[in-house]
Amino acid sequence: MQRESAIREPLILGHKTYKDITDDVVGPIMGPAPLGWKIMITISSIIAIYGIGSILYLISTGIGVWGLNKTVGWAWDITNFVWWVGIGHAGTLISAVLLLFRQKWRMAINRSAEAMTIFAVIMAAVFPGIHMGRIWLAYYVFPLPNQFGSLWVNFNSPLLWDVFAISTYFSVSLVFWYVGLIPDFATIRDRMVKPLPKKIYGILSFGWSGRAKHWNRFEELSLVLAGIATPLVFSVHSIVSMDFATSIIPGWHTTIFPPYFVSGAVFSGFAMVQTLLLVMRKAYKLEDYIHIKHVEYMNIVIIVTGSIVGVAYLTELFISWYSGVEYESYAFINRFSGPYSIAYWTMMTCNVISPQLFWFKKIRRSFVATFILSIVVNIGMWFERYVIIVTSLHRDYLPSSWGEFIPTATDVGIFIGTLGIFLTLFLSFTRFFPVLALNELKTILKSSGESYKNEQVK
Amino acid sequence: MKKVFHVMYDDDEKLLVAARELVGKGIHVNEVYSPFPIHGIDPVIGIKRTRLAITSFMYAMTGLTISVSFMWYTMISDWPMNIGGKPSFSLLENLPAFIPISFEFSVLCAAHGMVITYLLRNGTLPGMPATNPDPRTTDNMFVMEITTDSNSMNPEELETAIKNTALFELSIKEIK
Repeated sequence: MQRESAIREPLILGHKTYKDITDDVVGPIMGPAPLGWKIMITISSIIAIYGIGSILYLISTGIGVWGLNKTVGWAWDITNFVWWVGIGHAGTLISAVLLLFRQKWRMAINRSAEAMTIFAVIMAAVFPGIHMGRIWLAYYVFPLPNQFGSLWVNFNSPLLWDVFAISTYFSVSLVFWYVGLIPDFATIRDRMVKPLPKKIYGILSFGWSGRAKHWNRFEELSLVLAGIATPLVFSVHSIVSMDFATSIIPGWHTTIFPPYFVSGAVFSGFAMVQTLLLVMRKAYKLEDYIHIKHVEYMNIVIIVTGSIVGVAYLTELFISWYSGVEYESYAFINRFSGPYSIAYWTMMTCNVISPQLFWFKKIRRSFVATFILSIVVNIGMWFERYVIIVTSLHRDYLPSSWGEFIPTATDVGIFIGTLGIFLTLFLSFTRFFPVLALNELKTILKSSGESYKNEQVK
Repeated sequence: MKKVFHVMYDDDEKLLVAARELVGKGIHVNEVYSPFPIHGIDPVIGIKRTRLAITSFMYAMTGLTISVSFMWYTMISDWPMNIGGKPSFSLLENLPAFIPISFEFSVLCAAHGMVITYLLRNGTLPGMPATNPDPRTTDNMFVMEITTDSNSMNPEELETAIKNTALFELSIKEIK
């Protein structure tokens, strides 16, 4: 068996046995729904319904109900899309990249982070869909044989690359997540007493029985999926950034975009994981599994990616001046001193300054500070996309066509609505799914569990 | 008539030690049921490394071939277009623009193909019945399955050998 240094902080606190791990995770699923959960899901469903109403209003009326105009043809829709895709980067990063690096702390957070990823990508996918205006023609984005003189999609276009990247990312993340869930559904199935839930979990668990050969295949599958999902994670947000970088709009036309977007995505994804998990660990009493060390590890990722984002902002500023291109320089002068300067400085404060606070160990290891900063980071990351998109568009090459973007109630309603749908999905997940990867946690109990490590010292 | 022994252990290491001991005596262990992968059990009970990874490579190559040939067909052969002053003349010239989709589609095929193969080979599909001998094997118990018909040892000797290990519970079934 693998041993771990006794100095290293334990990953599972207290005197846990294999049975305790099952009880702690499956217990809340078998019991009645807690009151807090009921209240939260009611609120989030109301917001979700409002969002769905706004979407239906948009589809039935037309894109004109958004605040878009001739100059700013892309605003909150694409901002929200990039924001949600970015958030959706943490889950697969945690489960794939950290698996390849053999980081055992990922096992406590990967299941819920992946669920968050899947729901965030669903929310992201809403926006390109609805911003087509005529969503019933959405099949045009796929290369289907047709009667319009063989009108094929343009494979040279980053927008089409995006279609492939997002759908691949979504479906691969989904199967990766589900393959890990199968053995845990089997655990629930074997403990469930009520006949109907037992039957449902039985179907969901695909008849998993935990045979040695199946586990052998399971581990190989996880490793290979992690191996191919790792470049996938990096490719997806690189391709999203190319939607902008391959255009000739000043402020977008920069080669720094792919790494800058990928680190921004990881940055905001980890922040969202923190926001959700800090609440979840309290509500479901998972404090022994997701504790301060896990939070600290994630905060370290936030410092690293936040600093990369900060360097990227400064590089962009420097290059816009150093290039000597007046349009490029103006785009950036306009960003920090133009009509959207508030958004720019919000972005700078939230994304560059606030994560640097995590250099202090007290802040890095504080639940309250982490919770607040994680929300600040997500606000900052939303503004980053808003700044990149709207400030680059609203003053183009012809001053006569300069304009401004003002969001309408429908813009706001749809964005808030996606937050509601996302929370509703996530809350349902925490209620009916095993929120920790049971089978994986049990493999590290003896090497990283507190009581086992203390025995080693004796 | 054959006897099926389901030997239950309450710890993965106890099962591993017992399996080594029994295999050392020339006993064949048919199956091990566990709530999580027991590292090191595969060579002991004679399970070879899975070839699943090879299939994933083959699926990826299939995806690569399909995507590149499809893009060649639509963009260069069937209906070449001059988009934004960037005409589509030959596959070689257009290849850089085809890299992202070739990659994505290869990953898509590799991942899904491999998962489908995995589920089919395991026989774990929606609605399949569970076959673990005891519901506790998905929780905290580890079961080793030994049958008399796959062992030449006489049943009494086999039972004694099994009982000498650090077992938690033993259930014996007789099947005609």
